Amino acid sequence: MINLVPRKEIPLRLTLMTTGIAVALTLVAGAGIFAILGYDPLAALYQFFIAPVSRGYQIADLFVKACPLIIIASGLVFSYRANVWNIGAEGQMIFGALFSGYVALYWGGMPAPLLLPVMILAGMLGGLVWAMIPAILKTRFNTNEILVSLMLTYVAALFIDWTVRGPWRDPMSFGFPLTPMYPDAGLISKVDLPGVGRLAQLHWGVVGALLLAVVAWFVLRHTMVGFQVKVMGDAPRAGRFAGFRPALVTILVLSISGGAAGLAGMVEVSANIGQLQPNISFGYGFTAIIVAFLARLNPMAVIIAGLVVALAEMGGDAAQIAMGIPKVVTGVFKGILLFMLLAGETFNRYHVEFRLPGAAARAAAKEGSGA
Amino acid sequence: MKKMIKMMALSVAALGMSVGAAVADPLKVGFLYLTTPGDHGWTYAHELARQEVQAHFGDKVETTFVENVPEGPDAERVVRELARQGNQVIFGTSFGYMDPMLKVSKEFPDVKFEHITGYKRSGNMATGNIRFYEGRYVQGIVAGMMTKSNKIGYIAPFPIPEAYQGLNAFAIGMREANPDAEIMVIWANTWADPVKEADAAKVLVAQGADVMAQHTDTPAMLQTAEKAGIHGFGQASDMKEFAPNAQLFSSVNNWAPYYIQKIEQVLDGSWSTGDGPDHWGGNTWKGMADNYLELTAFENMPDDVKAAAEAAAAKVKGGHNIFTGPIKDNKGNVVIKAGDALDDGRLWSDVFFYAEGIQGEMPG
Amino acid sequence: MLEDLILTVLMTSVPLVYAATGELIVERSGVLNLGVEGMMLMGAVAAFGVAMVSGSLVLGVFAGAVAGMLTAGLFGILVLGFATNQVATGLALTIFGTGLSGLVGAPLIGKAIGGLPQISLPVLSDLPVVGKLVFSHDLMAYGAVVMVALVAWFLKRTRGGLVLRAIGDNHDSAHALGYPVLGVRFMAVLFGGMMAGLGGAYLPLMLTPHWAEGMTAGRGWISLALVVFASWMPWRVLVGALIFGGITIMQLAGQAEGWTVPSQFLSMLPYLATIIVLVLISRNRDFALANSPACLGRAFHAGK
Repeated sequence: MINLVPRKEIPLRLTLMTTGIAVALTLVAGAGIFAILGYDPLAALYQFFIAPVSRGYQIADLFVKACPLIIIASGLVFSYRANVWNIGAEGQMIFGALFSGYVALYWGGMPAPLLLPVMILAGMLGGLVWAMIPAILKTRFNTNEILVSLMLTYVAALFIDWTVRGPWRDPMSFGFPLTPMYPDAGLISKVDLPGVGRLAQLHWGVVGALLLAVVAWFVLRHTMVGFQVKVMGDAPRAGRFAGFRPALVTILVLSISGGAAGLAGMVEVSANIGQLQPNISFGYGFTAIIVAFLARLNPMAVIIAGLVVALAEMGGDAAQIAMGIPKVVTGVFKGILLFMLLAGETFNRYHVEFRLPGAAARAAAKEGSGA
Repeated sequence: MKKMIKMMALSVAALGMSVGAAVADPLKVGFLYLTTPGDHGWTYAHELARQEVQAHFGDKVETTFVENVPEGPDAERVVRELARQGNQVIFGTSFGYMDPMLKVSKEFPDVKFEHITGYKRSGNMATGNIRFYEGRYVQGIVAGMMTKSNKIGYIAPFPIPEAYQGLNAFAIGMREANPDAEIMVIWANTWADPVKEADAAKVLVAQGADVMAQHTDTPAMLQTAEKAGIHGFGQASDMKEFAPNAQLFSSVNNWAPYYIQKIEQVLDGSWSTGDGPDHWGGNTWKGMADNYLELTAFENMPDDVKAAAEAAAAKVKGGHNIFTGPIKDNKGNVVIKAGDALDDGRLWSDVFFYAEGIQGEMPG
Repeated sequence: MLEDLILTVLMTSVPLVYAATGELIVERSGVLNLGVEGMMLMGAVAAFGVAMVSGSLVLGVFAGAVAGMLTAGLFGILVLGFATNQVATGLALTIFGTGLSGLVGAPLIGKAIGGLPQISLPVLSDLPVVGKLVFSHDLMAYGAVVMVALVAWFLKRTRGGLVLRAIGDNHDSAHALGYPVLGVRFMAVLFGGMMAGLGGAYLPLMLTPHWAEGMTAGRGWISLALVVFASWMPWRVLVGALIFGGITIMQLAGQAEGWTVPSQFLSMLPYLATIIVLVLISRNRDFALANSPACLGRAFHAGK
């Protein structure tokens, strides 16, 4: 039996230690799996964690891969802090891509410097609109937002599928489900610094993502909005006494998380794909949920968690290229890593005591009589 | 058939030898797969061909593959990574790799890019494809002769040119053999979802189909046919094991001669991409005559049907253009005039119709 | 013809009924396990592998159930033992199950087996109209209905069901009353895993007798929708599964008949219907209180 006693304070040292142990255990488990499958465990781990970032351009790739995760998770943090469980970021991301895609494809004639800003706004609006559905249903009818936002993700995926196969399809694409390419003014450019030159595939969206995470951290930590969000999450009753309106906070956090997801959709398409296609996200909206939790709902930590998850993904490719390790192994490995990190988080939040069943029963009886 | 490829490959190899001998380092060749070879369909066929390439060239070539690469930014990253790691030829085996590969091809002018099933090219990106529709013409003839209910079920993937080429070639063959037969089409909107394909097949059986064809990848349709006691055709690889009594034959994608030929060309310096981005010549699009598409043994059919199938296959191998006019659509309009025939370019742009014998309306 | 179409609907609904009925128990106990897809895949691969090696479909079904249970056990240990976040852990479970099933299933690719024999009750299945529809299924299809009945009976008529619902509605007061919250939840999670495993097993054993990576293709997620659609009531799962299955088949049959409605919109219907049902439930407070688990998704630890 495992007994959990919540901690009042979580020291940083503890966090670092548990994360370190979780990673170490994953490495051991991973090494075991690789060995069983007949691969050199050390070489495999090297491919997973070191090789993908052993060259400068690969670090840029890592940031590009982590970019949508960081943007989405920065928004989700607000939602989860307020105890509002938006798990439909994937759908909101798709709607962000759709709204901004509409601007790029049908309003592309506007003055070039205006196009990207309008697309950014449209992207955020798209995500926000899609997140408003669970928000309104939750505040008006008390409908469970977890389930509504999840259902809406499927609807969004089917909707974009119809759009790019139907009305928005490029007439020159021979029936393939692709829209025309965005005009150049609607593409996010690569970072190209005077004197430094291009940093491989690094694009301005990545810079924006990092800034966004910092801003999110600041807002959550140092502003009234952030305070309200946290109070509504931790102590809703106290919040109500203080005059905060839960419905407003719900709408606010779903707007923030939906808007961020929509922005991620816009950035991903505009920086990396350049046109709409049936799949514009590959589960980023879901992966970002995990990222948000790994970061313990701290936007600054989201940057690191996003990079770690992206690294595991890229490491899977590297391990395939170098050693022929099948991609399914990456899934197993990633699953173990996530399990370990999630379990490690428990040791941060609680004193964990392992007891024999008999002892646990006695303790429970004691607690029961005490309560 | 296998023998012929081997002989062909050997003779090609012999030519390459004199040039290749001087090269000390192996030529690195990379492959991108959309799914895993575990699909037992499309990617599996590519993986078999890659293994054949490796066996054929031995230590002159070093192949690498990356599986489960999504069509988008990840594909671009993986292609770039393969190029950076010194792969000199990169085969992308899914349509959605087209734009990512095109982008990277401009960054690596010395690397040769081969994109399967697409239509965009550059100075160092060529396209390759198989004339899958040729096998479907033969299937159509067999289906037309085998059906008793005159209802034939057809499971199509997505409404793209390749699917229309196949569906219409099937209908043309079927009507040549049996002017009364009709095709019921279901667009599955997937390449591989075994349960959905099985459902679609059951629906077709319920609606009276007694022969079924598929352009989706899994053996689910044939297994359903087997259970229902009717017949069908396998797709991409031989599916006899799944449906010993139902499979009439399978059209098997054989990418090995294409890969081997292109790698030979890179080794001897004769590799090219044709003239320009929208030119259809100079790129590889071959079919049954060159064993890029192979038909498995004709089984579970009477001798006269077998003879007709063999005759049709021979006709196609002899260069018969299936899309030779007059061809009408299912409303009676002539879409290809008498004396006209679709060339390779028009096989992409002018196939969006339902030929006579296909029921219903085209999707969107 | 209609009869055959209905039979197809019935068959395609069976895996949904299993998985959703299992998840229903899990959610009624207050736990949200989003890893159904992963558990179904583990069930599918284990069932197919064991059936192929042993030649026994019964053993295959059994293996599917056990594999689903083991996968769920992992989730249970993390979520209940370590109080990890249920949403994140469930998503991780799907990633893990998808990967592991692909890894274990690699040698099974390209292999075929025969399906379970259908039980055609000699006289009954020859009855006009209902004969074929009611009396000519495989054992697992009947099993699904039996499981729904058992679960309905358990929830409504047994003390165990009462405790389970009490825990799902308010774990703190259930704990105060001395009910073993975590123990009951763990059993519920294991049951959910077993049922997901059975649902998964149905795919490669009955629906399409071969193994393909990721062959559930989203059916685990549909099961999750189905539980909500059914507003956590077992018999409604059965009805909902038939509606979901019916829409799938209708869209295929409609095409063969020459309809031209974009299939995407038909495919959206179940999800939109689920949302509408959710709204209706939540508007009706009495119903919501009586049937939806109030503690769904919230972690519990005794020392609060």
